[in-house]
Amino acid sequence: MALADVCGLKTNQLKNSFLSDFGGSSTHLLDDALTSTTNFTVPYGIDPVESLKEFTNPKSDVKIHFDHGTTTLAFKFQHGVIVAVDSRATAGPSIESQTVKKVIEINPYLLGTMAGGAADCAYWERVLARQCRIYELRNKERISVAAASKLLANIVYNYKGMGLSMGTMICGWDKRGPGLYYVDSDGERMSNNIYSVGSGSVYAYGVLDSGYRYDLSVEEAIDLGRRSIYHATHRDAYSGGVVNLYHMKESGWEFISQTDVFDLHYQYKAEKEKK
Amino acid sequence: MDPMLNEESSYAPKQTYFSPYAMNGGTCLAIAGEDFVVVGSDTRLSQGFSIFTRDLPKTYKLTTSTVLGACGFHGDVLTLTKVLNARLKMFEHEHHKKMTTSEIAAMLSTMLYHRRFFPYYVYNLIAGLDEEGKGVVYSFDPVGSYGSDGYRARGSAAAMLQPLLDNQIGLKNQQNVQRVSLSKEKVVNLVKDVFISAAERDIYTGDAVVVHVITKDGTTTERFPLRRD
Repeated sequence: MALADVCGLKTNQLKNSFLSDFGGSSTHLLDDALTSTTNFTVPYGIDPVESLKEFTNPKSDVKIHFDHGTTTLAFKFQHGVIVAVDSRATAGPSIESQTVKKVIEINPYLLGTMAGGAADCAYWERVLARQCRIYELRNKERISVAAASKLLANIVYNYKGMGLSMGTMICGWDKRGPGLYYVDSDGERMSNNIYSVGSGSVYAYGVLDSGYRYDLSVEEAIDLGRRSIYHATHRDAYSGGVVNLYHMKESGWEFISQTDVFDLHYQYKAEKEKK
Repeated sequence: MDPMLNEESSYAPKQTYFSPYAMNGGTCLAIAGEDFVVVGSDTRLSQGFSIFTRDLPKTYKLTTSTVLGACGFHGDVLTLTKVLNARLKMFEHEHHKKMTTSEIAAMLSTMLYHRRFFPYYVYNLIAGLDEEGKGVVYSFDPVGSYGSDGYRARGSAAAMLQPLLDNQIGLKNQQNVQRVSLSKEKVVNLVKDVFISAAERDIYTGDAVVVHVITKDGTTTERFPLRRD
């Protein structure tokens, strides 16, 4: 802890005496739970990646299904960044939830999206939020989008190969204007104007690319984002629920709308029939 | 004895795999109301085709206003509840107040995620009253992803019960329906019916249902018998 370090308080000694009452290493599995360190419990003598693969094997008796989440998109345009996501979480063949919040509000001017493993995204973006706050306190100014995305990319790179599944977009507005970075659990970190992540991204890209211009108005951009997610949910089994839409402006992000794709389907159908 | 003639012995190497997990069955569910929460679970503990006991509820009281429902591998359930209770006590000693339902849910999420590479094979539900006294239900996946819902079923019969709850409580995909807030009695009767149906078709669910009703005045517990076959 930063304050403890500054004061010269040695917290290691406290931790050790607490655990030694139990006999030290015999509580290895409980260390993290009781004293919440940042170490992860790993099974003794077994490669964690191999043992985790057992659970995704359809022939095994024990099937641990993790929630996966899936179509997100974000694009920069003249008035900022539009972020649109679906809200379905699946665990194997089952739809666990249609009301998942896939946009994580890191702070009033930074948003992160969730695609891939739900727990992985939620946890590491929360760690990112904490790191961004520490940066603000230490440097007396807001963190840039480039720095925030790099922090996240470097954190997950330490776990590369261990089976984390996270495809996220870090969106914000800083001194350089609107910022959009794609970060994933393979250690990729890239910046561009348009990104879509998830199993439904292929469908979203089709609609997004055909309607995108840098000089869109705010209403047109919002409509494009919503329409792209709708088309992805229509064709991708792993996407659905509602479309959550955010607009990132110079003054921070604003939550625009939450629309059920069921309603969008009939709305777009009616529009087609009018023509 | 010639090993080639004897079918039972062979000098070929055999590979055995030790799995640290087992599936002990059971179902739990929780439904949140305006100012109450109803949590129910069956009481059967099984493995494969054997029943270990007919008297093991899968709900655990954490505080006066929060109950944990946990199904999956019973060994991990026991450790998880032990550690959760220890962490609750540590919080109380440090902060001189009891943890609220949303705080317990956030803590459980990080506890589960710290075992990301050797997961607790437990499907959890946290049900309780929030700071304003309204009912809230949080459901978790084995590695800590969570969210709040109005109702949720977890465990071996969850795939059968969740659609029924979606229809009766969520009134999903029904046109022109009046959303009426459900009373405690209606919800408890629904929970009973839902478990009776689950026991009919799921071999791991049966024996008895334990239902807790949490309100600001405390928690009441009832027990109803189910099919024992």
